[in-house]
Amino acid sequence: MKLHKLLVAASIAAIGLSAALTAPAAYAAEEQFFPVLAYRTGAYAPNGAPWANGFVDYMKLTNARGGVNGGKMIWEECETAYATDRGVECYERLKGKHGGATAVQPLSTGITFALTEKAPVDKIPVITAGYGRSESQDGSVFGWNFPLIGTYWMGADVLVQHIAKKEGGFDKLKGKKIALVYHDSPYGKEPIALLQERAKMHGFELSLLPVAHPGVEQKATWLQIRQNKPDYVFLWGWGVMNQTAIKEAQATGYPRDKMYGIWWSGAEPDVKDVGDGAKGYNALAMQHGAEPNAKVVKEVLEKLHAKGQGTGPKEEVGQVLYMRGLISSMLQVEAVRVAQDRYGKGKHITGEQMRWGLEHLDLDQKKLDALGFAGVMRPVKTSCLDHMGSAWARIHTWDGKKWNFTSDWYQGDEKVLRPLVISTAGKYAEEKKIVRRTAEDCKK
Amino acid sequence: MFYRENGQFKTSYKADQQIFPIPQDRWVILAIVVFAFVGIPLLVDEYLFRAILIPFLILSLAALGVNILVGYCGQITLGAGAFMAVGAYASYNFLIRVSGMPALAAILLGGLTAAAVGIVFGAPSLRVRGLYLAVATLAAQFFWDWAFLRIKWFTNDSSSGSVSVADIELFGWTISTPTDKYLFCLGILVLFSLMAKNLVRGSIGRQWMAIRDMDVAATVIGIRPMYAKLSAFAVSSFYVGVAGALWGMVHLGSWEPAAFSIDRSFQLLFMVIIGGMGAIAGSFFGAAFIVILPIFLNQMLPLVGSLFGLEVSIALVSHVEIMVFGALIVFFLIVEPHGIARLWSTGREKLRLWPFPH
Repeated sequence: MKLHKLLVAASIAAIGLSAALTAPAAYAAEEQFFPVLAYRTGAYAPNGAPWANGFVDYMKLTNARGGVNGGKMIWEECETAYATDRGVECYERLKGKHGGATAVQPLSTGITFALTEKAPVDKIPVITAGYGRSESQDGSVFGWNFPLIGTYWMGADVLVQHIAKKEGGFDKLKGKKIALVYHDSPYGKEPIALLQERAKMHGFELSLLPVAHPGVEQKATWLQIRQNKPDYVFLWGWGVMNQTAIKEAQATGYPRDKMYGIWWSGAEPDVKDVGDGAKGYNALAMQHGAEPNAKVVKEVLEKLHAKGQGTGPKEEVGQVLYMRGLISSMLQVEAVRVAQDRYGKGKHITGEQMRWGLEHLDLDQKKLDALGFAGVMRPVKTSCLDHMGSAWARIHTWDGKKWNFTSDWYQGDEKVLRPLVISTAGKYAEEKKIVRRTAEDCKK
Repeated sequence: MFYRENGQFKTSYKADQQIFPIPQDRWVILAIVVFAFVGIPLLVDEYLFRAILIPFLILSLAALGVNILVGYCGQITLGAGAFMAVGAYASYNFLIRVSGMPALAAILLGGLTAAAVGIVFGAPSLRVRGLYLAVATLAAQFFWDWAFLRIKWFTNDSSSGSVSVADIELFGWTISTPTDKYLFCLGILVLFSLMAKNLVRGSIGRQWMAIRDMDVAATVIGIRPMYAKLSAFAVSSFYVGVAGALWGMVHLGSWEPAAFSIDRSFQLLFMVIIGGMGAIAGSFFGAAFIVILPIFLNQMLPLVGSLFGLEVSIALVSHVEIMVFGALIVFFLIVEPHGIARLWSTGREKLRLWPFPH
């Protein structure tokens, strides 16, 4: 290669790099900026894309409704491919744009772990609706994490409650065998602590069967299941791992109606390709299931998709993961509203003010109905100490064509969850030398 | 013209044997180091520090370690990620289990633990060579992946298998801001590079190169293959282990075994191959290529798209990014199979003659 060519190439690259990094940061003062860490490529894309579409659509809908007291939502997407290092890079890239990110939702437990370190420094709340670290419910230690409306411990607890009910009481669980098939990552390992606690309480036998990323190789796991014949299988999978697990269950003849997935293992992409083979498969619904008839869904279709402004395909609107994105987005928009009530209507909300909003979120049934979420979810009320706000969930079952609710509402048992949350958060505080927030501190 | 050695006479052995015998080189490198220490902290924003510069420095250090083993001693390894993990988890355990342990000591002890582990997993190199050795070192990767995922003791019984550490402290200097972290990593990298450069020019480096070039001949002239190979494994693993400790404790702050997966091992090996085997500078070029280029492409493509009035979706961007990145790897390997470092030295040779080539 000739030297001058190399020099020319290098200088072009240098100019380009500096142009890319010094892009202008113009923004209107009343706009709220939300980074969207999405994954539309890679092994988890079929599940990541509908979530991102719902997430963005609700912000579009909010703007179509006139914003929050006139303040508009703006956002920028960044592709993480579910990889932690790329996620962190995306976060760093976006956090300072447009006057600073209001809150961030990484949709990955791995990225959540990494951002948990950065949130207190950057003063940007990390919202992890239905994922992330379970102990981050304890707002006195995890001041900036918000596992709104669901943690994995709560989910696991509800699953145990459900099978206890099916068996006819907690005492009937004694001697039963439950297998946990999990994604071998912090995500999949989250429920183990709670399930072990419950196993000790009720005397059931818990076997742990990890599946390596991305989860397409599960033959050995299901061979073990065939040999052990557990009474129930809990599935903690994501992306292609879910379908593979259901297909393997079909191949080994394990009854699908004895399988219970977490809410990330209970959406259309997980069962659609298996079709009838997945009939009877159950999953936890993080309050909502597939909601094609909800008022908010109709509004999205009418105000956005009918005008060609929707995100992603129209058929996806109202599906399980789309709804999860929609709700995650709604929670943060409502938190902006709460913060504006205190810090000035129509004003720009900073990350710190956003935290106040998230800690004082109080969505009662009337507010939810007004937003179009009637029948989709239950009221949410957070506080400084409780960053989850709602511990309700129910079960839905795939009938070969769609998801139907097959159980009543359950509430995570505070008596089991709280001690575990407090002790685990305490251990984290000790490791990181964090001083618990006091009641005084909470008022700020 | 600017880069001529005419009239530079060396009058002592010392002058002839220094690392950069040509003054121009010496001044340029010194200027770069001074700029890195003084200039960059003044110029650069947080994003560049956290997303690009710190990962670049730490992975350069790891690539340097891999280069010692692969480039200088000719032993192919696919276990670098595992040694990084050993360094990270060992220093984590030293830090939390020994009270009053200074962070720097914990990092160095993590490196030493990785060196010990490297010697154990390097033992097969005494019998097997080349690709077979690569497969044998793969065992290290799988073993340590498994160990850190399954053995609770290593992660201090963390329920999710993820560990975290507080900000580290060095003689009263709390390393918390990105600038602190950058300077800390840079300091370590400069010291370790200097050490590596001196090692490879010294007796032990010559032994490694002799083994690399032809181990039978090396044995005949009196080099002990066991000592040479295992010392290369130890030194290399030490470097990689320190890099792993920095990656975990300084860069991530909280990590899981996936941060040191097999992908990391491949990435490090590719850095060395693309950057230049058997060249210290190659480690830096390779790390820059692998760390910075994908992020650069990722940010450039939407801008290029907007020049032509196209809105590029993020899915398309990451697909194109992977394709362009792959194409560039092939391009560089065809243009210069010996790596970017060789391109650099070719360029330097040309500069010496410029503007009057023969």
